[in-house]
Amino acid sequence: MPTHTDPSSTDSPKIIVISHLNKWFGEFHVLKDINLAVDKGEKLVICGPSGSGKSTLIRCINRLEKHQQGQIIVDGIELTNDVKHIDQVRREVGMLFQNFNLFPHMTVLENLTLSPVWIRKMPLKEARELAFHYLERVKIPELADKYPGQCSGGQQQRVAIARCLCMNPKVMLFDEPTSALDPEMIKEVLDVMIDLANSGMTMLCVTHEMGFARTVADRVVFMDGGEIVEENDPENFFNHPQSERTVLFLSQIISHEFKG
Amino acid sequence: MTAKWTPKPSLPPPALEKGIGGWIYKNLFSSPGNAVLTLLGAALLLWAVPPVVRWALLDANWIGQSRSACDPLSADAPTGACWVFIKVRLGLFVYGFYPDPERWRVNIIFVVGALALWPLLAPTLFKHSRVQVVYSIAAVAVVLILFGAKPAGAALGFFGLPFLLARISLKKRLPTEAGGIKGIAPGAGLALLGALAVYGGLRWLLGPAPSGAIATLAALLCLPLIFAKPLSVMLWRGIFLFTVYPLFVFFMLVGGVLGLPHVETHYWGGLFLTLVVAGSGMVTALPIGILLALGRRSEMPVIKTLCVSFIEFVRGVPLVSVLFMASVMFPLFLPEDVNVDKLLRALVGITFFYAAYMAEVIRGGLQAIPKGQYEAAQALGWSYWKMMGLIILPQTLRLVIPGLANNFLSLLKDTTLVAVIGLLDLLGIAKAAMADVEWLGFTKEAYVFAAAVFWTFCFGLSRYSVHLEKKYHVRYR
Ligand SMILES: Nc1ncnc2c1ncn2[C@@H]1O[C@H](COP(=O)(O)OP(=O)(O)OP(=O)(O)O)[C@@H](O)[C@H]1O
Ligand SMILES: [Mg+2]
Repeated sequence: MPTHTDPSSTDSPKIIVISHLNKWFGEFHVLKDINLAVDKGEKLVICGPSGSGKSTLIRCINRLEKHQQGQIIVDGIELTNDVKHIDQVRREVGMLFQNFNLFPHMTVLENLTLSPVWIRKMPLKEARELAFHYLERVKIPELADKYPGQCSGGQQQRVAIARCLCMNPKVMLFDEPTSALDPEMIKEVLDVMIDLANSGMTMLCVTHEMGFARTVADRVVFMDGGEIVEENDPENFFNHPQSERTVLFLSQIISHEFKG
Repeated sequence: MTAKWTPKPSLPPPALEKGIGGWIYKNLFSSPGNAVLTLLGAALLLWAVPPVVRWALLDANWIGQSRSACDPLSADAPTGACWVFIKVRLGLFVYGFYPDPERWRVNIIFVVGALALWPLLAPTLFKHSRVQVVYSIAAVAVVLILFGAKPAGAALGFFGLPFLLARISLKKRLPTEAGGIKGIAPGAGLALLGALAVYGGLRWLLGPAPSGAIATLAALLCLPLIFAKPLSVMLWRGIFLFTVYPLFVFFMLVGGVLGLPHVETHYWGGLFLTLVVAGSGMVTALPIGILLALGRRSEMPVIKTLCVSFIEFVRGVPLVSVLFMASVMFPLFLPEDVNVDKLLRALVGITFFYAAYMAEVIRGGLQAIPKGQYEAAQALGWSYWKMMGLIILPQTLRLVIPGLANNFLSLLKDTTLVAVIGLLDLLGIAKAAMADVEWLGFTKEAYVFAAAVFWTFCFGLSRYSVHLEKKYHVRYR
């Protein structure tokens, strides 16, 4: 079975390099001079208030959003208008969405095998084996023949994770993967994510799950108003925040967590 | 202290809810208003149905071979419908003026068409390859019994080749690991050679025109063989139905090859013309409609403008005027010596007209697909056409089945409009038959017959669409 760490390509430890990234939606300046580099195997948690541009930032990394200025290099490939580069990058980068986005007209198994078969030209038999391997890893092999509409939210998100893994990505992007879920389901998804993190996957997570950030993250990035306000290791980020804005944000998050 | 909880026992429902009496009470007489409506409805049925049944069935005249059987002047003449008229003129209603000795050609295209269509319409029945094999043998036998050895040979090719082709993949045979043009070049070359061989072989058998067409077709059919994986039997059946079958229909009906006499299209008519126009209209309008819908949502301004203006233009004019333009105006733009067949022009007119309508239905479906579906597909590395073909369009088409069924039904019925440019479809033929001096005065029968035939086809189509809807909406969202 495929492993996620590929020793042959460890020449540069930085798998994502973003420099002087600027993006506008019309007149609106969403991302302001973002500089960020991510090591191979690093787990990055991005947090910040609503509308701060977190989703936009990670969506730029696989070109679901187009940036206007600056440079994004993923595993040595620069993202430009060149379709070939975009394709290459998308093969290396998997993405998870807040509302799962499974293909509702196919069974779970078909959701998992479709992309390997059509994009990676894998024989169907091999693709099925791979699919079952990852379904077992996310602990729901019994759902293979169900339709997404018949699965709970937490199960759907785990299927989505398995679907990503079937494409053998080097980096995974998570855009608030648990925020559409009920509390009991959050844990089952987070468990899978923690397992993934322990296997050495490079992960960029936009999330408000501070517990997850504390245990898993190598680094926490705090964004506000389209800027990176602060980045630090979780220990210092939570216990000794540098910026006033971070302090305010953390106090709100933590008071919310206590209430909830 | 917590109290012990025991569930209440389940009781049977009250008597009024059960049985036939309960059903009648609940659905027909549950309130005074409902009761009045029920009685009114019953009265209406009692008033309308018996006379119709009496006219169409009980008092109708089925026996006899000529006008005299239903002569209103003779004393024992029945007072109901004279179905003798339809019986005697049935050939005309079905085949139009297609010459008598050649009518088996029309029969064979319908028989083969129906046999080829069935597995595609009911794929669940034909899941197992054994069923497929048995069915194909049976199909060839049917053709053999009805039409003789030569047609059966052709049918053997038509029903048998999908099995053979479904096992072949040129890419696996030819050891090419290369992708792109280099990868498909050997396969394409082989296909070209094969097509040339087919052409050479057929040329002295059939003459240049059909050989050219068949060879081109053979080359086209080789294209799927270049894929790394062989396609399934079912897929090949579909491909055959949409490529080989139309060609077969064309040469069969037009003739002029293989010793079949040439039959000009102005002899075509009746039910068979209706089905030819409707069938070819449906299978060509849908794909064009899909492309137009995609084009209208395209981000490329030129394509978008072209599609929008085409759709809006076509939607702004009546079908009758499109047909007139196709038949009267279009030839004015052509050089004198170029003569495009009138039927073909009508077909093109109908196809594009309905393509525009279907495009709008499909666009409605496309808009209902959440943006997340596109994003998920793109994030997984899907390119535009693959994403559309395998992820977006399958969902879209499922959503718009009722709308498309609507379009298909009105297309079927609008084939009657070809009468305005002088083509005699079923309704046109019915009118022509009424005008026959020998059978004056039987308009009712002719119209009722035409209506019944149209209704049968439309109802079948409508049930099929309901079946598809059900099939695709269980478990889905
Ligand atoms: N397609 C778009 N067109 C115009 N503005 C947009 C678009 N997408 C996002 N925005 C705006 O850009 C800003 C940043 O959006 P983004 O989705 O990145 O925020 P976020 O940090 O992910 O917020 P949330 O926590 O609510 O998801 C918001 O003000 C949003 O309104
Ligand atoms: Mg967001």
